[in-house]
This record gives sequence, structure tokens and C-alpha cells, in this order.
Amino acid sequence: MNQMTSVERTVDSKNIKIAANNVQVHYGDTHAIKDVNVEIEDKTVTAFIGPSGCGKSTFLRCLNRMNDTIDICRVQGDILLDGEDIYDKRVDPVQLRAKVGMVFQKPNPFPKSIYDNVAYGPRIHGLAKNKAELDEIVEKSLRRGAIWDEVKDRLDAPGTGLSGGQQQRLCIARAVATEPEVLLMDEPCSALDPIATAQVEELIDDLRARYSVVIVTHSMQQAARVSQKTAFFHLGNLVEFGETGQIFTNPVDPRTESYITGRIG
Amino acid sequence: MTDISQTPGAAPAAKPKGGSLFEKDARTKRRNAAESRFKMYGVAAIGIGLLMLVVLVTNIVTAGTGAFQQTYLELNVELKADKLDKKGNRNIEDIKKVSTFGYAPLIASALETEVQELGIQTDLKPKAMGKILSKAAQAELRNYVIANPDEIGKTVSFRFLTNSRVDGYLKGRVTRESIANDKSITVEQLDFVDQLRDAGVLYKAFNPDFIFGSDASDQRPEAAGIGVSMLGSLFMMFVVLALALPIGVAASIYLEEFAPQNRLTDIIEVNISNLAAVPSIVFGILGLAVFINYMHLPTSAPLVGGLVLTLMTLPTIIISTRASLKAVPPSIRDAALGVGASKMQAVFHHVLPLAAPGILTGTIIGLAQALGETAPLLLIGMVGFIASNPPDGIVAGFLSPNSAMPAQIYEWSKRADPAFYERAWGGIIILLIFLVTMNTIAVLLRRRFERRW
Amino acid sequence: MALSWLLLILLALAVIGYFTGRSRALASAGGNARELHSLPSYYGYNVAFTALVPALGVLIIWLLVQPMIIDNAISGLIPDNAIAEGSDRGLVMSEVRRVADGLNGAVAAGTMTEAQAQNANADIDTLTAALKDAGQVLTQDITQPILMAAQKYRSMTSSGSVAMQVVVLALALLGAAFAYVRTNKEFRARNVVEQGVLALLLLAASIAILTTVGIVLSMFFETLNFFQLHSWKDFFFGSTWAPNFRGGSELSILPLLWGTLYISVIALLVAVPIGLFAAVYLSEYASTVTRSVAKPLLEILAGIPTIVYGLFALLTVGPALVSLFGNGGALGLGWMASSNAVLTAGLVMGIMLIPFVSSLSDDIINAVPQSIRDGSLGLGATKSETVRQVVLPAALPGIVGAILLAASRAIGETMIVVMAAGAIAKFSGNPFEAMTTITTRIVSQLTGDTDFASPETLVAFALGLTLFIITLGLNIFALYIVRKYREQYE
Repeated sequence: MNQMTSVERTVDSKNIKIAANNVQVHYGDTHAIKDVNVEIEDKTVTAFIGPSGCGKSTFLRCLNRMNDTIDICRVQGDILLDGEDIYDKRVDPVQLRAKVGMVFQKPNPFPKSIYDNVAYGPRIHGLAKNKAELDEIVEKSLRRGAIWDEVKDRLDAPGTGLSGGQQQRLCIARAVATEPEVLLMDEPCSALDPIATAQVEELIDDLRARYSVVIVTHSMQQAARVSQKTAFFHLGNLVEFGETGQIFTNPVDPRTESYITGRIG
Repeated sequence: MTDISQTPGAAPAAKPKGGSLFEKDARTKRRNAAESRFKMYGVAAIGIGLLMLVVLVTNIVTAGTGAFQQTYLELNVELKADKLDKKGNRNIEDIKKVSTFGYAPLIASALETEVQELGIQTDLKPKAMGKILSKAAQAELRNYVIANPDEIGKTVSFRFLTNSRVDGYLKGRVTRESIANDKSITVEQLDFVDQLRDAGVLYKAFNPDFIFGSDASDQRPEAAGIGVSMLGSLFMMFVVLALALPIGVAASIYLEEFAPQNRLTDIIEVNISNLAAVPSIVFGILGLAVFINYMHLPTSAPLVGGLVLTLMTLPTIIISTRASLKAVPPSIRDAALGVGASKMQAVFHHVLPLAAPGILTGTIIGLAQALGETAPLLLIGMVGFIASNPPDGIVAGFLSPNSAMPAQIYEWSKRADPAFYERAWGGIIILLIFLVTMNTIAVLLRRRFERRW
Repeated sequence: MALSWLLLILLALAVIGYFTGRSRALASAGGNARELHSLPSYYGYNVAFTALVPALGVLIIWLLVQPMIIDNAISGLIPDNAIAEGSDRGLVMSEVRRVADGLNGAVAAGTMTEAQAQNANADIDTLTAALKDAGQVLTQDITQPILMAAQKYRSMTSSGSVAMQVVVLALALLGAAFAYVRTNKEFRARNVVEQGVLALLLLAASIAILTTVGIVLSMFFETLNFFQLHSWKDFFFGSTWAPNFRGGSELSILPLLWGTLYISVIALLVAVPIGLFAAVYLSEYASTVTRSVAKPLLEILAGIPTIVYGLFALLTVGPALVSLFGNGGALGLGWMASSNAVLTAGLVMGIMLIPFVSSLSDDIINAVPQSIRDGSLGLGATKSETVRQVVLPAALPGIVGAILLAASRAIGETMIVVMAAGAIAKFSGNPFEAMTTITTRIVSQLTGDTDFASPETLVAFALGLTLFIITLGLNIFALYIVRKYREQYE
């Protein structure tokens, strides 16, 4: 897992999963996102990088309408998921979020058992006909979260009792249990130690086979290691978007270059 | 949690994958319905709470405003010298010998004259006419004569209270039907009242005696006022303020600024938080056992009430004072210590003045709480005492028996005559005006001095 | 010399002490305040405090202890045969005090000379007449032993108070002199004064302990007295509450406890769902504007004095319920005979507790971290699913604590039940019947003419102690749960 391998990685599919056109976000009087256009492909890891406060997390939260929970936040422009505008009046954010899952910065397992944490999504969305099916979904998700072997003997233990890295992988397992099509990750490794970070990064690479993954990170190395596409945000603008290898080796915009070389950020 | 209530076995919804976002599947519709139901429960809960508030306030206002109005009868009474001062020498001692009872004929004949002048036709005897007046009327007349002996022989215009039945009749509480079994008033008397009212000499008017006057015996609800027990409450609040504020502030300063981490401090802290939740009646038992039975302080005295309420209010004041001390940032203390002040100086010169608005707010809220408290006062004898005379002097104010506003309200609510209920509600209006004022001052203080560090 | 004069003299001493101490310190430094260890005023405070504080302390203790010692001494003087049938030593002692007060009053009014008051061989009848002339109230005829005891009481009290004045004043003077002599420029006056102030602060803080001790002791000894007069088995395990002031009462707490708990349960059935849903709505759904209006409005309900709720129950809710459920009521059921009923008290108490439950729950629900809510919403859960399946289970311990606190409030509430619950002690499941509670019985046993030697009065202390222990237990347990819960999210 180093910068070189990521450059050589090929992109198998060119399907556009999410397309954002002229997206503007206001927080009260603050103009947080200015006119962002981006196309996110299926079965790809897309990284959003940029200095703190550049709007990358805000934009990520627009993609499954998590910003709806904040009263003062207004989103303008179109965000299309499979060609359907997710801010259309007919769209139920609940249904949208089942398709577009999210993993948060701080591991946030529910104060319930490991099993119930993972089974929570399938239960509310009615994905399992019976207990056996639910067991199956839980096991499958925990395996996809690369944590099954560590917790299979203590599924009844509380999720909050796991270590930080385990908690984050549990949260990822919880997110994939609802069979989403897109997985949004908001700095998923920022609260983790290097070993746990490596485990989660490896997991993200595996997830690419099934999902479109969007990851926000403040670590350029991480972006380089896990993503195929990278978007650089600065002061609410999308400055540059392209192949990860190209962004890191040959940026077009001088601001991107300054950030990558460590002069801003 | 292994129940799978969220996965009804019957009809599992199709996996949303692949479906259009624009079409809500059946399961989402069901879930959204559950969502709106849940939200409705919340709105309903708030609604019920607010409705109760509205019902309570409306009830208080409609039932209590009547107490501020009273029915009066204007009457010109001839103060006949041959009845009041038989010797004719205007000797005050001789005049005093005429009892209140001796004034009844004066009123009766005055009524008779008035009826003739107004041209009212009635079959009532003058004595029966006099029955529509309050029993307090004769005493009022006598007090006037004793205060102004020179007026004897003249005709003086008076405004007398009517009795509570007549008052109730004008307020709609008493009707011709409801007095069927009532011995104290007859239908004929009500007809007479109607005639007097039409003549304009009998009318309802604002009754300042309810606010400033004293309580009356249970025969004369029309004359009862809350003024004296208001004084009782006032003296109690003085005691509470004089004791609870300094002790509460001292205790808070110790706990917040000086207390070492040890057993004693822990015990004090636990004690304070538990005292805040001890039922108020228990403080009443404490007051009865310690202040009255052991120390032999006078029963029903505002001093004892104040002491009991002080103990009850202390935890509230300590808790709020500690919060405002805690809100003063450590940098202030550090700055004072840094220029060579002692810890004590830093606290008294810098922290305490900055925390003062918060302390004041907490104290006012504590006082408001104490002002409305009734249960402990029952046990130290402030209920059942008829507060018929204002205390003479400051010391008597603290030591002589008195009632207090909430105790007076309770006392009225226990009396048999429903005319007292109106006064109980009216008393509540006055009590609530005090509480609202105090709380408003507290809120304004907090707003005015709220500091963001 | 009256107490107020003693206090005034002490204060004057302290003020004089302040100025002399201050000037002596300045003099010792040759008028140059910079030479002093502390600011000049501290030397003044030192003298003032040393004069005042020990003297005041002794004064307070003396005032508390003297009556106890004299009571014991006098009560030993009264021969057993002077205590009438059906009376007891406590009653005779209060008569002794009354006579002594009467003598004092008569002497003060000038209708009796000191010698007459102290004359042990005085004719009882003339004495009684003299007392009555002086406007003193006597309830019984004075007997010879009572008169003797009263005279002894007077002389002991007056010599006691003379001794007290001498001791207190001497102590104040000694203190002032001691501090004055110690005053010189090297003396660390500030440190000494601050130590003293700290001790006073500690004393103020200890009043909380004193109050608790006072509560427990005042009820404990009377409860012991009660159990000497009445079987504890009947109190705790009997089945009937039937006080009878002629003796032979059955005084069991169980029917009262049943009434108390029944009313509290109804109150909680009203307050918990409404309060909890209100809290959920306010913290999870309401806009900032709604919240800032609805929350304070609801909290007004908590600031209304209980007497108002009592009156509301007695005069409004009770009659309204009777007109619904009573004989000839709107529903034609005839279930409710009187407006005093468990349901009346329970409903109104429930209204009173709504803001109590809602504010506590609101705080607790807000303590659940937002990240957990985000996690649930991010999985596509609706808000209500998030609340019901994630937030409320996470907040459950805290909410249980809040409900326990509300229960303790309900159990200790007095005015509503005194005015609306009724006075009949019985085990019944019918909420339309009148029942009685622990607090109402405390009030009724302790108001009016009480005789502190009869079990019917003393039982109130046993009831109070039980009530205190129940509510204390509930509170400690609830606060423990809530604290544990808060620690979990800190």
C-alpha cells in the first residue's frame, strides 16, 4: 500500500453513480460550498481532500442529506443519484440513506450489543424475513467489515466495549448491512491509531468491489493509498478533480500543488 | 435485544436496491406514518401540558377576580344622640358602653328612611332589611362614632358591606333557587336587593379591604382580607433573606473555593443534595419539634415560619450560588493571586462581586419558592389562626402569631361558606402576582448581567 | 437585661475592638503601615472577631442547653403524686412554664412584687387572682407543687441568664484583651483573620449536616417514645388505621402507605408519558423558537405553589370528576360519591409533575451524544426510530432516575393530598374512593390541640421518619443512577 500501487490501479467501470451540478450550501450567512460540480463513479474510491474547514465534510453530508438535520443549512443545485435528484420533493431521505450509507469520523456504535448494532439497519428497513436471515446478514456484514473473526464469540457483548479500531470496523459493518450502493466515510481513521488505520484502509479497498465509496480525509497519504479519484477542496470551492495519481504527481491548479507540497493547510 | 419486531414475517418489503427514489415503497410509507404518529404524540404531550396551564390560569382568574369586588350599600345614618350618648356629655367612656348590638336599630331606621325616600315598595320589616348588610356594618358604625364623637346627632353617609349572600347574588353565585334551604336570606330580601340596585344605592365596587384588610371570622366572608397574612409572609421572608442568604453564600464559598477533597466535604455535599429533595412537610416536623417544643419559640410566629423556610431554602440558594461561583473563570482568581492577594482576598474582592448577580437571581427564586410553601406552616400553627389584627410593631411582627398568604388561602378553602372559596382564589391571584414579579426580576437580572467569558 | 441589649453590647465591644486594634498596630509600626505584616484593618478585624465569635458561640450554646438542664432539674422536683390521673410529666412541665411566664408577666406589669412572686408560702388563690388580674392566661388551677416548681424554674432561669451574661461578657472582654495584647507589627493578623473566616465558612457549610441531624434526631426520639407506648408490630404490620384519642388506637402505616403509593402511581401514570413525550418532542423535533416558548411555559407549572394545585383539585377537578363519574353525572355511572378521591389527587399531582419529568428527561436526552443519533439517521432510520430504538434506550438509566425523583416528590407531596385525597384509611383498588396518605395523617395528627404524650400524636413522628427514609432512599438511589449515567457520556 503505497503511492505507487495506487497509480497503477485500473478503474474497471465508468458508470457515473452520483453527479453533482452547481451545488451551493449555506450555513446561515456562511457560504460553505460554492458551485461544486463533481461526478462520482461506481465501484470506485473517491477521496475528498483539503485543509480543515474547506467544505469537504459538508459536501459529503449533502450526498445522503445528513445536512437536513441541521436547521440553518440550505442546499441549492442538483445532486443526482443514478440520474434521480436526491433533493427532489418526492424523495424520502430515509429511503435515500438506505442507499447511501455513512461512516462517521468518531466511531459511534450504539450502546447495544454487537449483534444489535449490525442488525439495526436490516431491522428498520425490513431486509430479513426471519431470525435466520438476520443472523446471516449480520455475519456477512461483519465479515465484510473484516471484524467477524474478532467478535464472532461475543456477539452479545456491548459494541461500546470494543477498541477504537474495532468500533470503527463495526460501524462500517453496520453501514454495509443495509446493502447500500454508496458508502460515505467522513474521516473514518482520524480517531484511530496507525495499526487500526491500516486495517480500515485495507477494508476500504475491499469494499470497492461492491460499492461506490466516497472518503473524506485530511491525510494526503491516505487519499493516495486508498482512492482512484481525488477531489481537492479549498475555501468551499472544488479546485481540482481527477485521477488520484495525476492529482498527486502533476496537479494542474497551483493551489493544489501548494497544498500537496504542504504550503497551505 | 434480539427481538425482530421491525421485521414482520408476513410481508417483508422488497429491498430498496434498484428501485427509484421517487417512489416510496410500502414499508417507507408505513414507517413515515409511524413517524408522524410519534411526532403527534409529542405535540399532544406539549399540548396537554400547555392546556393544563391555560385551564389553571383561566380557572384562577375567573374564580378569583370576584374577590376584588364587593357589594356595597350606600346609606345615610342618623347618629341619634338619644341612643348613643344618653347623658349628652360626649364622654368617650360612656359612648363606648354602647355595644355594637346597640347600633343595629340605627341602621334599621336609616334603611327605613332610605326606602321611603327612594319610593321602594316592600313588605319587609326594617330589621329584616338590615339583614342584607354585613355583620361588620354595626362595628364599622361604632368605630366611626368612637373616633368622631362630635358627629353624634348628625346624619352621616356610609358605604356598608352587604352580607356574602347578597354579594353572591350580585355576582351570580347565589340564585333564588339556591337559597331554598338557606336561613340567612329570603327571596323577599333578594327582591329588595334588586330594588335597591335599580335605585343605584346598592352596587359592586373595587374592594381594597380584600388586599389590605385582615381576616374575619367564618361568619363574615365579605369582610375577610389577606393584608395581615401578607405582612406575616413579609416578616417570614425577612427572616429567610437575613439567614439563608449569608449562610448560603458562606457555605457555597467554602464548598466551591476552599473545601479540601475529604470525607467531611463529601458528607456536606451529599447532605445538601438530599436536603433539596426532602419533602417540605418533614421540615415542618423539624420546626415543630426543635423550634417550638424544644426551644419554646412562640407558636404561629413568623419567626418560626421563617426559620423553617430558611432551612428549606438553603439548599436551593447553595446550589445556585455554587453554580454562579463556578461560572467565574479561574483566570480571574489566578490574576488576583498573581498580584499577591491571598486566596481569601481573591474570593471576596474579585470572585464574589462577579458572581453576585447569579447569587441574587438564585436567592430571589429561593425566596419565591419559600413564599408559596404551605405544608410546613401547617405544623407550626400558622393555619387555623385568624389573622384579624395587624401586628403592632416590628418585634411583634416577628414574634406574635400571624398567618401567611398560602396558609390563609388554605384556611379559607377549609371554611364551610362557599363565599370563602372566591377569596381563596383571589388570594392565589395576589400570591401569584408576587411570584411572577419575583421570577421576572430574577429573569431580568440574569439577562442583564449574563456574562459570556 | 434583655438578650438584645447583650447583643448590642457585644457588637459595641467588637467595634471598639476594631478601632483600638487597628490603631495599636499602626502605633507599633510608628504610623507607617508598610512596616506592618498585614493591612491595618486586619489587626482591627482580629480584635473584633476574637471578642465577638467565642462569646456569640457560647451564647448560642448556652441558650440551647440551659432550657434542657433546667427542664431536667425541675421535672425531677415534681413528685409523682402531683401528676394528675390521665396527665403526665410533660403536661405538668408545660403548666410549670406557663405559671413561671405568668409570674414574670405579672412582675413586669407591676401588679406583683418580686418578693410576692418568690414567696413559696403564698396563698394559691390570691396568687391565681393576681395572675388573672395581670392578664396572664392559666389553663389549670395552680397546685402547690406546680407553684414551687414554677418558682424554682424562675429562679434557675434568672440566675442562669445572669450567669450567661457574665460569662459571655467576660469572654468577649478577655478575647478582645488577648487579641489586643498580641497586636504588634510582627503579628500575622491577616492569616489569623483568614483562618477565622474559613472556620466560619465551614460552620455555615455544616448547617446542612446539622439540619439533617436535626431532622433525624427530632423524629427519632419521638418515634422511640411512640414505640414505647404503641407496639411497633402494629405500626409496621397491622392492617387498620383508627386513631382514637380515648386510647386503644390501631395505628398501622400500611393503609396509609397504600393510599400514598396508589395516588403516586396515578400521578406518575399522568406525568411520565406526557412529560417524556414532551421532552422527546422538545429535544428532538421542536424548532428553536417552539422550544424557547414551550419549555419555559411548561416550567411555569413547576413554579406554581402546591396550595394552588390543592385548591384546583378541591374546587375544580374534584367537582368536575364528580359531574362526570358521580351520581347523576354526565356518564350516568354513579361511581364517585365525593370530590375527594384518589383520582382527583392523582390527576392534579400528575399535572404538577409534568414539568418535573420533562425538564429532567430533557437534560438527560440532550446528554446522549449527537454522534449516536447521526449514526442511526445515517443508516436510514427515521427520527422516531432513532429516538425509540437508540436514544431512549441509551438514556434509559437517566430517565429511570428522573422518574424515581418524581416518585419521591409524589410520595412527599402534602397540600394536594391534604385538600383532595380524603381522610379514610383503607385498602381499596377503587380510584373513585377517598383514601388517605402518610403526609395527610402527619398533618392531621399534629395540628389542632396536640398532646405530646399520646401515641396518637407521636405516631406522626414515626410516620414522618418513615416518609423521610423512603424519600431519602429513593433520592439517593436516583441521584446515584443519574450520576453513573452522566459519567458514561463524559
